[in-house]
Amino acid sequence: MAEPLLRVEDLVCRFGGVIATDHVSLDVHSGELHAIIGPNGAGKTTLISQLTGQLMPHSGTVRFAGQDITRLPAHRRSRLGLARSFQITSLLPDFTASDNVAMAAQAHDGHSFRFWADARKEKGLRDAAMSALSRVGLAHRADAVVSELSHGEQRELELAVALATKPQLLLLDEPMAGLGATESAQMVKLLQELRREVTIVLVEHDMNAVFALADRITVLVYGRVIACDAPAAIRQHDEVKRAYLGDQHVVTRHD
Amino acid sequence: MKAWLNARTIIVALVVAGLLLLPVYTTLSGNVFGLTLFTRIIIYALAAVSLNLIMGYGGMMSFGHAAYLGIGGYAVGILAHEGIGSGFIQWPVALAASALFALVIGALSLRTRGVYFIMITLAFAQMAYYVASGLARYGGDDGLTIYKRSDFGGLIDLSNRVQFYYLCLFCLLGGVYLVWRIVNSRFGMVVQGLRSNERRMQAIGFPVNRYKLVCFVISGTICGLAGALLANNTDFVSPASMYWTRSGDLMVMVILGGMGSLFGPVLGTIAFLLLEEALSQFTEYWALIMGPMLLLIVLFARGGIDGMLGRMRRG
Amino acid sequence: MLLVVEQFLNGLQFGLLLFLLAAGLTLVFGIMDFVNLAHGSLYMMGAYFAATFVVWTDSFILGCVLALGATLLLGILLEFVALRHLYNRDHLDHVLATFGLILFFNDAVRLIWGPAGLALPLPPWLTVPFQIMPGVYYPAYRLAIIVVALVVALLLYFVVMRTRIGMLIRAGASNREMIGALGINIKLLYTLVFGLGAALAGLAGLMQAPILTVQIGMGENILILAFVIIVIGGIGSIRGAFLAAIFVGMIDTLGRAFLPDLLRQVLSSSAASTAAPALSSMLIYLLMAIVLVVRPEGLFPAGRR
Repeated sequence: MAEPLLRVEDLVCRFGGVIATDHVSLDVHSGELHAIIGPNGAGKTTLISQLTGQLMPHSGTVRFAGQDITRLPAHRRSRLGLARSFQITSLLPDFTASDNVAMAAQAHDGHSFRFWADARKEKGLRDAAMSALSRVGLAHRADAVVSELSHGEQRELELAVALATKPQLLLLDEPMAGLGATESAQMVKLLQELRREVTIVLVEHDMNAVFALADRITVLVYGRVIACDAPAAIRQHDEVKRAYLGDQHVVTRHD
Repeated sequence: MKAWLNARTIIVALVVAGLLLLPVYTTLSGNVFGLTLFTRIIIYALAAVSLNLIMGYGGMMSFGHAAYLGIGGYAVGILAHEGIGSGFIQWPVALAASALFALVIGALSLRTRGVYFIMITLAFAQMAYYVASGLARYGGDDGLTIYKRSDFGGLIDLSNRVQFYYLCLFCLLGGVYLVWRIVNSRFGMVVQGLRSNERRMQAIGFPVNRYKLVCFVISGTICGLAGALLANNTDFVSPASMYWTRSGDLMVMVILGGMGSLFGPVLGTIAFLLLEEALSQFTEYWALIMGPMLLLIVLFARGGIDGMLGRMRRG
Repeated sequence: MLLVVEQFLNGLQFGLLLFLLAAGLTLVFGIMDFVNLAHGSLYMMGAYFAATFVVWTDSFILGCVLALGATLLLGILLEFVALRHLYNRDHLDHVLATFGLILFFNDAVRLIWGPAGLALPLPPWLTVPFQIMPGVYYPAYRLAIIVVALVVALLLYFVVMRTRIGMLIRAGASNREMIGALGINIKLLYTLVFGLGAALAGLAGLMQAPILTVQIGMGENILILAFVIIVIGGIGSIRGAFLAAIFVGMIDTLGRAFLPDLLRQVLSSSAASTAAPALSSMLIYLLMAIVLVVRPEGLFPAGRR
């Protein structure tokens, strides 16, 4: 079998005395939707941040598309086709929705030391922005300033921004966080469509969404991987049940 | 009513027209002082416009911008002192020296964020101040008199007040135009994106510091030009031109006018220097009024003059 | 050898003085997240108050105590009238507003005391040289500065590290939301801390006054040194400020004292004596640049978010 798209081996990250990522190994194959779940404080966001390069691991390796990217800075990884959405919405608040996406398209295009021509009039960037916005159903809000968008719209915009960098792998950090039931259902539908085009790593608290979407699920507890298997097997996994699924009030709490 | 016909554009158009026609008035009325005052205002406005590029658009709060005024000025002064009077040599050297200084201190300072950055740029500018004070050959603390203004062959005569005024105005309008092109370009979008959310920009694939540094260098270079103009205007250059209060003045001009607005810094400079001039006519202790006034502006007039003009349209 | 000991003590004395100034600055920044450029003005006011009160009361000690109280009150007044309304603004607003205050204080001093500097004469009992080791004399007043500043530094350390107020201060420096959650009267705490910072600046100013002339703008150069110190030491860290202050004081003093001689080995003597002060001033900024390259958050960053 070919090398997986993303291969994480023996990753360790400490904060002071606390081990946030404890010898984590993980494979994500091309085309799969791989969910990572775990109780609050299990180190999910820490793990994602090491994958995207916002945080450097203390040891271990991260390989992406056959290349060792463990020490690569965030912007280089993004250029290789690794995109992320943030758990707490992190957009450019004083820019319009289409400017936000156009910026990502510009990043993907790779030529930003251009000082003269009006970037807002570049057809290529605008078209890329509009197609990504349409993809997530936000085309009608293209000219709205981010701070005027609803929370649900901002989550969708996050996704559009990530898509506009034309990623091979999308790392989504709780895309459902703070969404109402209808908005969540919409997001699940959107992800159902997107998974056909791009490999996705999904960190999510919403168990219904995770079990509906995932091909495989990795369970993280106190920074350690305690199980990694298909959803049906995870449901039956004793250790997972004990450590995690039995504790429903933790599972459903968002913060 | 057309979208572009609002209080802001009307004021800007009036100010530009006024600046263009000012020499006609001063020549007819023989008011030499007015022309000298406005030459100075225009030069400082150029410096403020350059500071606005990094501060207003790029979110980099540099508290050492006066250093470039000094460096541009000393480049002209030192070359003149050594017998090189040609502006075609002096001015490129002034720009290059400013750019180099910006490159070095930018590369160091941009490793830091927030208030560290404010203090670091302040400290580096202070260092430039001490270096200039130590230049015994070029007047040290007392400064250096420039006996002959930059020579541009038969092209333009800087000793002619009106010609010099128009040169300064040309530089200012050119500077505003340049900043306008830059902020709307791909590069400018990135820089403004960095001001808005640096982490996001990094995550979508931009090497953050490279863009900031280039922006910092462009800004410093434009301010170096203002320094070369200033030295020619006063026929004198001294360490005092880069003292930290001078950097503070520049920041005040930008903020008074409105950060991140294209023409705001020009309005801010005009307001600040005219106010200073008016108050000092009225009392020797003008700063006694100016100081608390700044405090009140910060407390109650957010967004500066440009912000007020913007609100007038809606209100 | 004699000169070395003397300059070493001078460096220590200057460093301790810088610490008093930097401590207030770093506390105010660490807790209120407030950048106070007018800190140098409080230093200047301390010196002017002392010069005035010492003449009025005809007693050096009493005058200094009064001046200290006056600076404390001035600081509290300043905080109460203007600065507390700025705490939740961004740093740029702080810089601008306090820049305005500097302009105000400089001209206010010029109006009240006139443009010429003042001298603060020392009482006779402080002018005698003091024998610190056989054959080595050191001015009693400078020695007194060292002792007073050390005592104040120790007191400050005790207050910050051992008392309840200090616990709040430290908590505030590392996590501002937390003291809010503890239900503390934050406004009062802020006013107290600002007053304390002002008093420390005033103390530094009045102690420096007899050595230098009391003049307008005296607070500005030293304020920038204090900035350099808190950047090197790490903003919000008292310990960092202390070590960095001693370090900067030493480098500045020893540089000024010995660089001219060193330079004379390579340069002509006139060139050396003009280049040396500039060079020794630069040394500090060079040091700061190196620290920043290695540790962008300073040597001892107070556990900030």
